[in-house]
Amino acid sequence: VNTALLDSPNLTIDAPVRIFGDFWELKPTSQEYLILGFSPSSIPIQKRWRNNGLSADFLADYVTTFLPCNPEDEALSTEKVIDLKGTLSYIANELLENAIKYHSPTSPLPIDVKLQLTADAVIFQVTNSVDVDRVVPFQALIQTLLTCDPGEFYIQQLERTSTDVNDLGSGLGLVTMIHDYNAKLSWCFQQAFPLLEMTMPITPTVPTTMVTTMVQLSLI
Amino acid sequence: MTTILNAIEIKAENYIASYDPETSKVSLSGALRLAGMEEYAPISQLMIDVLNSGAVQLTIDLQRLDFLNSSGINMLSKFVITARQRPDTKVLVLGSVSIPWQGKSLKNLQRLMPTLQLQLA
Repeated sequence: VNTALLDSPNLTIDAPVRIFGDFWELKPTSQEYLILGFSPSSIPIQKRWRNNGLSADFLADYVTTFLPCNPEDEALSTEKVIDLKGTLSYIANELLENAIKYHSPTSPLPIDVKLQLTADAVIFQVTNSVDVDRVVPFQALIQTLLTCDPGEFYIQQLERTSTDVNDLGSGLGLVTMIHDYNAKLSWCFQQAFPLLEMTMPITPTVPTTMVTTMVQLSLI
Repeated sequence: MTTILNAIEIKAENYIASYDPETSKVSLSGALRLAGMEEYAPISQLMIDVLNSGAVQLTIDLQRLDFLNSSGINMLSKFVITARQRPDTKVLVLGSVSIPWQGKSLKNLQRLMPTLQLQLA
């Protein structure tokens, strides 16, 4: 369960929670973490999109400053730092793009991005609301991603999208993270009942499904 | 049939896409993070136009393309899938070893089109 959202005063979270893959709750026990939150509807999506690149590069730069985690370890080579920055920037950008693309436009909840550095991994958790009719197709895609041969699925999706008019839901960004960047992905779906502060008395709105996408990138 | 295509340049805040008819080279540079295939359409069309001009050898120069999002990878893949239907056209992709995404993702293009030449320098 997403603790940051649980701590939020204007939100109650109810079961059921559905987990896909090796997902766990991030606890703020590590020394270094970052949390970003934003509401896509607050500015036009074109402007928001421009921020993806800036945010992704910032997240990548921020993390690499703290490496290696153990000061006794040998400093990373310049090549390794460039490689890691490239990886983090690509993953952060794809996660932000997906969160904005699929965030339910009617949701009053923000998109929440968490980045945490552990002794041997960098972990991203990005939470957004999803439209109810997208939950089942997305979970089906996730099942495929977790069980397929990533190399085969990657080529299959490229071939498939080459004939499709729109590329919504191909999962290409997710499969590149797994196949090209060796990242480990997992997901958590949960229902939230946002309470609108503006209404008196405060009444729960319709439930919103939130999905948290977790990406673990090993540093070893 | 070979048709003459003039030099083309698409320039935006973060990237440049250009075509040089003298070298039959399409160059992409900067950072490409466009939102979906619709936004990639002008660049995609540029590459298809070059392919349709009947060039025998076509070079895609990515040596200064620092960033490409997955929609951009999709665009390149679509182009390669179109190009492999033209056995008379040879495709050469130039990349850089110092740009991490290229070493990780460009080799997938060869899986789509085994005759594609990939040079990472």
